[in-house]
Amino acid sequence: MTRQQVLDLYFMENRAKLIDIAAFLDRVDRAEGEADFRLAGFKEAMKCLGDGAPQRAKNVLLSLSDPSIEPIDKAPGKGAVGAYLAK
Amino acid sequence: MRYIEPHAHMVSRTTDDYIKMATAGCACVSEPAFWAGFDRSSVDGFHDYFCQLTDYEPKRAAKFGLAHYSWLCINPKESEDVELAKEVIGIIPKFIDRPNVLGIGEIGLNKNSRNELKVLEMHVDLAARTNELILVHTPHLEDKLKGTRLILDVLKADSRIKPERCIIDHVEEHTVQMVLDRGHWAGMTLYPESKCTGARAADILETYGHERLWMNSACDWGVSVPLAVPYAALEMRKRGWTAEKVDSVIYGNPIRFMSQSPKFKL
Ligand SMILES: [Zn+2]
Repeated sequence: MTRQQVLDLYFMENRAKLIDIAAFLDRVDRAEGEADFRLAGFKEAMKCLGDGAPQRAKNVLLSLSDPSIEPIDKAPGKGAVGAYLAK
Repeated sequence: MRYIEPHAHMVSRTTDDYIKMATAGCACVSEPAFWAGFDRSSVDGFHDYFCQLTDYEPKRAAKFGLAHYSWLCINPKESEDVELAKEVIGIIPKFIDRPNVLGIGEIGLNKNSRNELKVLEMHVDLAARTNELILVHTPHLEDKLKGTRLILDVLKADSRIKPERCIIDHVEEHTVQMVLDRGHWAGMTLYPESKCTGARAADILETYGHERLWMNSACDWGVSVPLAVPYAALEMRKRGWTAEKVDSVIYGNPIRFMSQSPKFKL
């Protein structure tokens, strides 16, 4: 696909997603109480969008990933939350 | 359009989904064993589940003209209990020769714990001893990168395992390359919120090649879309992929991988 074709196919959809992200951050700001590590993780991952580097999707995923390599002693539960809390 | 749904948990879907999938061109479903949404209390629960996967569900699929294959294991979400896992792995040989069983899966890791790793190694040993294909689940979200690395190391450490006979599922942009580099197949799961969208899956195919990749809906009792594969095919067509090239990915590739089991016939 040419750049023009990519824009024709995906611009409107991603414009909407961009506004959704902006509205989400506004909503978090308007809310009361403390945020947790997920918000910091989200904002850190957002930096991958603006740096002009290739592989932004990969870099966002890496930014939200547990970078450690040793297995943990015991599973604390079954779920995952989408961001990593550095210990 | 014709396609194969290589990873679907049909036991938790309705017959309406079978009708929709068959109407959309689905020729065959492959169903790995998974977590029921609650922990089964004993090995007997798994015995009944394996009967469902190898007897009842193929009959239900056949009513809609669909071939049904299955994979057996205790899911990583239930692998913290090693003693139960040993018992479950102990009954798998009773089912492994049933005509619709393609291999061991979906095994892997969930929270990347030591017990999960032990149970993964036991499953890999069983697959090696019985010469079965392997279907691997990689962890969710923040745990996927680490889990994928650990899983690849377990597979590499067992010299009996042939990489091309293992598919590592739920890859994303940060894990696909390492999986392909090890000689395995990679699966992309199309979910509305986590894992891949159709557009990202098409990006991955265009970036990393489509020789050893498949796409699936992994539809289950959670938020998932049974028609995700044909929707992704539509995405590829919109991008200018030819019908033949789309066919080679959504139909040809699952056949190439699963045909490594002599039981797979279409
Ligand atoms: Zn699954």
